[in-house]
Amino acid sequence: MTEGLGEARKRWEDTVLGPVLKRYPERQPEFTTISGLPLERLYTPEHVRDLDYLRDTGFPGEYPFTRGVQPTMYRGRLWTMRQYAGFGSAVETNRRFHYLLEQGQTGLSVAFDLPTQVGYDSDHPMAEGEVGRVGVAIDSVEDMEILFRGIPLGRVSTSMTINAPAAVLLAMYQAVAEEQGVDPASLQGTVQNDILKEYVARGTYIFPPGPSLRLVTDVIEYCSQRLPEWNSISISGYHMREAGCTAVQEVAFTLANAICYVEAARERGLEVDAFARRLSFFFNCHIDFLEEIAKFRAARRLWARIMKERFGARDPRSMMLRFHTQTAGCSLTAQQPENNVVRVALQALAAVLGGTQSLHTNSMDEALALPSEKAVRIALRTQQIIAYESGVASTIDPLAGSYCLESLTRRIEEEAEAYIRKIDDMGGSVRAIERGYIQKEIHEAAYRYQMEVERKERLVVGVNAFEEAEEPPTGLLEVDPAVAEQQRAALERLRAERDGDACRRALEDLERAAQGTGNLVPPILEAVRARCTLGEICDTLRGVFGEYRAPGEM
Amino acid sequence: MQQRPIRVLIAKPGLDGHDRGAKVVARALRDAGMEVIYTGLRQTPAQIAATALQEDVDVVGLSSLSGAHRTLFPRVVESLREKGLEDVLVIGGGIIPAGDIPALKAAGVAEVFGPGTPTSRVVEYIRTELEKRRKAS
Repeated sequence: MTEGLGEARKRWEDTVLGPVLKRYPERQPEFTTISGLPLERLYTPEHVRDLDYLRDTGFPGEYPFTRGVQPTMYRGRLWTMRQYAGFGSAVETNRRFHYLLEQGQTGLSVAFDLPTQVGYDSDHPMAEGEVGRVGVAIDSVEDMEILFRGIPLGRVSTSMTINAPAAVLLAMYQAVAEEQGVDPASLQGTVQNDILKEYVARGTYIFPPGPSLRLVTDVIEYCSQRLPEWNSISISGYHMREAGCTAVQEVAFTLANAICYVEAARERGLEVDAFARRLSFFFNCHIDFLEEIAKFRAARRLWARIMKERFGARDPRSMMLRFHTQTAGCSLTAQQPENNVVRVALQALAAVLGGTQSLHTNSMDEALALPSEKAVRIALRTQQIIAYESGVASTIDPLAGSYCLESLTRRIEEEAEAYIRKIDDMGGSVRAIERGYIQKEIHEAAYRYQMEVERKERLVVGVNAFEEAEEPPTGLLEVDPAVAEQQRAALERLRAERDGDACRRALEDLERAAQGTGNLVPPILEAVRARCTLGEICDTLRGVFGEYRAPGEM
Repeated sequence: MQQRPIRVLIAKPGLDGHDRGAKVVARALRDAGMEVIYTGLRQTPAQIAATALQEDVDVVGLSSLSGAHRTLFPRVVESLREKGLEDVLVIGGGIIPAGDIPALKAAGVAEVFGPGTPTSRVVEYIRTELEKRRKAS
């Protein structure tokens, strides 16, 4: 197929391209993706000469899963439309959940407020000003029961963005499901439970890496035994990308963290095929359309190879990189916010062309505030238009075979692999994080990008190009400041009404378990059932594990 | 007499973990010749004021993307005043709705920089504002 191609290209360059370039130079001396990968003028079969279709691309639902994890992909079932939502009290968020389900959303995704994410009750001094701000405030299983009131947990799948206290929120979810009469073994959903990226990008850590990894592994182990349909972890590149890393780094750092979790579970004595099929992933979808599609395909192939070759997985499901995608919050502009609808549509399209299993589309007003109901509806409709009108869901991995895309896929895979080798040489991702290596790489990339924008080497519409004078936007969502007071009052009532002795005993049992080596999910579940609060449970663990302090930065 | 370089404390009050902007601004100010200290995450207003005093800074830059700015930025200004640091220039950035800015200014936050602000504008603002204050005193 490529015979004579080199000569033909040479002829074209000399006789057709050359004269045009002389008269009309190109817009830039070189073109790169937003991550800095070079893009050539033209891709031809020469660029994919080394690609072996059966070895590198293959068929969907089969190793190495480059074309997708399901044999029918979206012809069988569309991706799950899952909008991340949560603000104020459990009552308000429950109302938003019902609204989203009525609008045709197909899965739930819970955003918790920061005090919940770092294990403080709403009445803790550090919670001041933060209660209900970026998500829903959950202090005890009673809040959790309100959060899911009227939602049949046996039939909906729920994703929970919770990390350091993942075991506690998972236990609350299980307890609420049991109260609804649902068998835990049938529960479907995901806990993020990915602590490593918290140290480098997201910041909601509580404990030092050692005990944190133990808790992560406890959840993986517990789920493999008791919640077989539950994704025990969602290994996330999203937040590292938001913090400024490149597409290649996003793949590399995410998979390096994943390797660390797999090793931890194996050290626990778990067989790889006993838990690996319930590992899930979470990626960003940024604005560079081609690079992002290639990124998803590269990540799938690389993970399949790692699981098979490095960890000796035999079950194909252990090798499948199943992932959730969220469009890039950091690509949204506060300027001319309506333009964000277009950005999100492009990103969502790339995620679908990249084969995502579920998708959150950002709302146009998220560079300004939490999303309003109208903005969320447009974001959800964007997914529905892609799903039902655009036609791209009708055939599998339609961009496979594109010289450009296959070449980019290969390039991202190779560069990510090189990073992973480097991290391996440092002793793995925990060591790389402790040395500040990952943090530094992310910061360097973020700064490089910012300077490119300031020098106008990269144009962002409305920010450094095509600016216009604007009135401040209206119709933004306001979180009711009364929520903090309501949570405090509810906590007071809970503490007065519950069986104090049972709580104390449950916390003492948890403390003893934490001092030992057993799985902590069962004693946490007991504490949750006894109406212990999230803060009490986390304080008990803080007493045993201590707290993480970030090394002096900069 | 040669003036000492401008000293800036970049701080993350509250529980918010988004520090991309804080770090980028810190680096840009440093590249512009200022001396910059970054507190890291999860600082209480009292801790921020104590660091500002200890480091003898001219400017405190606060970053929050969690919505807690309404409560926490004014608290930082109060804590600085309690330590006798009423001359310190306090500025802020993050996801801050336009409607919140008048209240923050009334509370003593001199300027708020939203998403998309070029770091060069922050540098320029700090230089001009400190110069103005120097002349006035």
